[in-house]
Amino acid sequence: MNENKQEKRILSLLVENQPGVLSRIAGLFSGRGFNIESLCVAETIDPDVSRITLVTVGDIAVTEQVKKQLNKLINIIKVSDFTDTAFVQREMALIKVSAKPEHRAEILRMVDIFRSRVVDVGADYYTVEMTGDEDKITAFLNLLKPMGIKEIARTGAIALAREKNKGGSNGKN
Amino acid sequence: MSAVKIFAALILTKLRRFETDSTVKERFKREGVLVAKLTGAQIVFRALQEEGVDTIFGYPGGAVLDVYNELPQTNIRHILVRHEQGAVHAADGYARASGGVGVCLVTSGPGATNTVTGIASAYMDSVPVVVLTGQVPTQLIGNDAFQEVDIVGITRPCTKHNYLVTDIKDIARVIKEAFYIARSGRPGPVLVDLPKNLMSMTADYKPLKAIKLRSYQPTYKPNIKQLHKVVKLIKGAKRPMILAGGGVLLSKGSRELTKFVKKIDTPVAATLMGLGVFPTKNNLWLGMIGMHGTYRANMSSGACDLLIAIGVRFDDRVTGKTDLFANQAKIVHVDIDPTSIKKNVPVTIPVVGDCKTTLELLNDLLEKEDFSGLRKQRKPWLNQIEKWKSTQPLAYKQKDLIKPQYVVDKLYELTKGKAIITTEVGQNQMWAAQYYHFDSPNCFITSGGLGCMGFGLPAAIGAQIACPDKLVVDIAGDGSIQMNIQEMATAVQNNLPVKVVILNNQYLGMVRQWQEMFYDRCYSCTDMAHAPDFVKLAEAYGAVGLRAKHPDDVEPVLKKGLSTPKTVIMEFMVEREEKVYPMVPAGAPITDMLLL
Repeated sequence: MNENKQEKRILSLLVENQPGVLSRIAGLFSGRGFNIESLCVAETIDPDVSRITLVTVGDIAVTEQVKKQLNKLINIIKVSDFTDTAFVQREMALIKVSAKPEHRAEILRMVDIFRSRVVDVGADYYTVEMTGDEDKITAFLNLLKPMGIKEIARTGAIALAREKNKGGSNGKN
Repeated sequence: MSAVKIFAALILTKLRRFETDSTVKERFKREGVLVAKLTGAQIVFRALQEEGVDTIFGYPGGAVLDVYNELPQTNIRHILVRHEQGAVHAADGYARASGGVGVCLVTSGPGATNTVTGIASAYMDSVPVVVLTGQVPTQLIGNDAFQEVDIVGITRPCTKHNYLVTDIKDIARVIKEAFYIARSGRPGPVLVDLPKNLMSMTADYKPLKAIKLRSYQPTYKPNIKQLHKVVKLIKGAKRPMILAGGGVLLSKGSRELTKFVKKIDTPVAATLMGLGVFPTKNNLWLGMIGMHGTYRANMSSGACDLLIAIGVRFDDRVTGKTDLFANQAKIVHVDIDPTSIKKNVPVTIPVVGDCKTTLELLNDLLEKEDFSGLRKQRKPWLNQIEKWKSTQPLAYKQKDLIKPQYVVDKLYELTKGKAIITTEVGQNQMWAAQYYHFDSPNCFITSGGLGCMGFGLPAAIGAQIACPDKLVVDIAGDGSIQMNIQEMATAVQNNLPVKVVILNNQYLGMVRQWQEMFYDRCYSCTDMAHAPDFVKLAEAYGAVGLRAKHPDDVEPVLKKGLSTPKTVIMEFMVEREEKVYPMVPAGAPITDMLLL
């Protein structure tokens, strides 16, 4: 394996739901020159705990160091690296796409094919809600680009590990 | 009245009686638990006393008035420094000399920002310090109030952890956690920000039992499988070497290290932070490694086939060019902080664990091994080291002008190596490390990682308070002593017999040395010829000032200064352009040494 190969890694962090925790994580990344590609934070079922799904890029040594440094932060309860394990990953995007009369049907067809849905309609645009993994969203965006994407909001990836011996059901939180 | 009713009435009276004062006191005696209504300021001190704090270093101000108002009611000794940076360095020196936790108390805003340098130094050197800062009242936070600063935000990257307390109920728990975090695992500074309004509110106070944090559980006991691998490597090694760092001192493991070294008959070097970890007169002692390390230590690192690194973090001042550092060796790295391992150099066998615990376990494993043929097997390697030792020892020639090395040499001789030495940063620090030989732990207190000028004097004050019966000497340069010279007043006020040895070359010596060697002698802004008269300055502070201008004066001045039971400044006018040798240019492999 090439040790200097830049790799994307999906980390799932369980952290104390306290003010300043996100700042500690962001500060760690900026202070040590690590990359954050996307980051998603929300409470879990336990209101004292939040889950952060974080996508980072770097070579093996760097991502190893990222994980260790994250583990070292006092407020981080657990760091899991999903990259080489079985996990489900989703990302949501809201895409406001120009919808000229000649494109309207085509857009709706694509929305249908990608199993996304239109959540807002205007005279000259559709806003589409799209859920999937990153590749699916990118593919969808590439197809919409020729029509003219006016605005876009993406959540970044969220992920959960598949539970062992359960046929990869979604499992519990 | 039925029997049940009588029984219930009995229980009720019992319960009521339980609430009377005398029984509460009895219960307190019995369980050591007393729930009492206290102010926030009182809770702060109760919590500190629970942690065994008897000394704090601090400086009052608006936001901590309530805390300071409570201070005289406690039996905690407060050392009033003259600058908050001094408070943290003093707490740092106190922690290192005592092996405990140093504590600071300062006000909000500028009081808090002044602590940052001290905190950063303690962080780099893994020193357990708890810094309590005042903060503006909670309702004003975020309003740019007078003397408001987001000190928790500022110190996030240079503390092990920090807290802003926003509820009086949290004070006791947060202080307990702060001490626990500061002293456990890889130690470090923890800051607790205390808003003013919480200090005058009241709340129930109950001493807390030991705490456990679900998100913080340092690994003390190493994986035994890894240790078996280490033993295997030791048995196969022809040219092994041990590198011990500050982690061994922090875990109080120097005795275990000595046992380990002797058992496997392997030479040992130390980092700057590790000095004092191993007796220097032992023939397995290699000295300090790194940029200004000994020839034999650096050469050994380049030639060894097994490097057992314990409680080090492979700082660039230790490794030089990392690709070529110990490039013939398999590296075993023992550290309690997993982030230190494989951060700077590749490691063959990582061992995450407390240095002392790991060494104890290793020593146990080695007991079962037969090392009888070892001495013979090590012979060529030890002979080679002996050769390095005799060809390039640390040396200087004392001529007409005072050599700074000579001063440190004499100091070592006169104090019989028994003093606690603190240093400033630069040439003075390196000469202290090279020429004062540290045979026992916690005797060398220096700002290693941050390299913070102005550290030595306040650190000496802290060390002297921790060890009132010991001789404490700050080895200083004329540049860095001026960075926290105001702490002379603190030393004199508290009758601390701290000795300051100023090696005065009227330059910022180390920078000048680099300018001479690598910048074509362009001495840009390093000439410090305009300095105060340090003898008069000492006297102005109410201390004793002495000066030596000639080599013959060195010994008498040292003798007089060391025997004076007061704060003393001894100034030595040393050869201006003396350089620290050996030296490895920055970025070169540490075996490429520039020798005298």
